Amino acid sequence: MKGSCMLGERTREAVLEQEFLPLRARILEIAAGLDRLDRAVADGDDGGRRDRLENAIQLLLADEPSRAARIQLLFSRDYDEDWRTRFEL
Amino acid sequence: MPSPFSRGACSASAAQVPLVSGRVGVASWFAGQRSFFIAGNCTGVYYIDPHIHMVSRTTDDYETLAKMGCVALSEPAFWAGYDRGSVDGFRDYFEQLTTFEPKRASWYGIQHFTWLCINAKEAENVALARDVIAMIPEFLDRPGVLGIGEIGLNKNTRNEATVFLEHIELAVKTNEQILIHTPHLEDKYQGTRMILDMLTGDGRLDRNRVLVDHVEEHTVGLVLEQGFWAGMTLYPVSKCTPQRAADMVEMYGPERLLVNSAGDWGPSKPTAVPDFILEMRKRGHPESLIKRVVYDNPLTFFGQSRGFRFNPPV
Ligand SMILES: [Zn+2]
Repeated sequence: MKGSCMLGERTREAVLEQEFLPLRARILEIAAGLDRLDRAVADGDDGGRRDRLENAIQLLLADEPSRAARIQLLFSRDYDEDWRTRFEL
Repeated sequence: MPSPFSRGACSASAAQVPLVSGRVGVASWFAGQRSFFIAGNCTGVYYIDPHIHMVSRTTDDYETLAKMGCVALSEPAFWAGYDRGSVDGFRDYFEQLTTFEPKRASWYGIQHFTWLCINAKEAENVALARDVIAMIPEFLDRPGVLGIGEIGLNKNTRNEATVFLEHIELAVKTNEQILIHTPHLEDKYQGTRMILDMLTGDGRLDRNRVLVDHVEEHTVGLVLEQGFWAGMTLYPVSKCTPQRAADMVEMYGPERLLVNSAGDWGPSKPTAVPDFILEMRKRGHPESLIKRVVYDNPLTFFGQSRGFRFNPPV
């Protein structure tokens, strides 16, 4: 994993030993969840949630560090740095 | 603009426990700690939970925490699941936090500390919030009171921000430490940025005496690089897990980082800190690093409160 210092002390093999089966299980959960969504009847606007899920999956595949932080930001409301003026505070 | 992804170089030392698949490190560690386990402590280390709502938990939970090695905890004032109707409702709550809870904790050898405020959800009622803020000083000199908290934002509204600033005013005037709740899910990033704006905009605050809680991957760096303490809250569902908390320690180092369970009346796990300890151990991290995060760091932060008197386990 990029961006890590202490984790550099562990080999990829050691991390895979611990993480492979749990990650595989979680990927299957996502696959089954998307299948479930596709089987359901479409009924109007989903508020962009399905698109956000797909965008998040794209982020998983990007060869970049900080995937978790980037996915968090994808699911976050925007921050407006002039909020204090808007709130008159 | 500060980046949510960066912080200076990690300062923690490398793992010292030999580890191949996780088991070797754990097994050798367990062998060296037999006497401790025989004494009845399931985790093998003493720890402090810096954020847990024990009024919502049973006496059996205190017993379980004690068996897991919990020797102290701190309980911020929070939302009871319904809006209280009057300032007297809060007075009674503060009475419970400063009298009965410390007593109940003491039955199991756990030292109980607390933080007082009106939480962000009820702060939407600004008139009531002002009455509560005016009443808080009645309790600030009681034993075990560590400061003002958990104040913060919930839906990031104008009223919440107004009451947050008035709490800060009280903390500055009374020289109290501050414990801060950041919002959850889609509101967290925006709310954390707003909170940091308010904190950094007040030159009177000592940043080393402010803990910003419930940080996750996209907010932890923002909080730490501004010089505040950061708390990672472990939840059984939907939010931060022990594994992700261990990742953040690996990426940012242990300085000014805390781990808590935030156990309350909702789905939560009061023994989440031992889950973190186990995860760190499975990864082969040294006991010194684990102790730093779950014991030394809370002591360092709490130790800056005038209401903190701690008797270490002998
Ligand atoms: Zn809380």
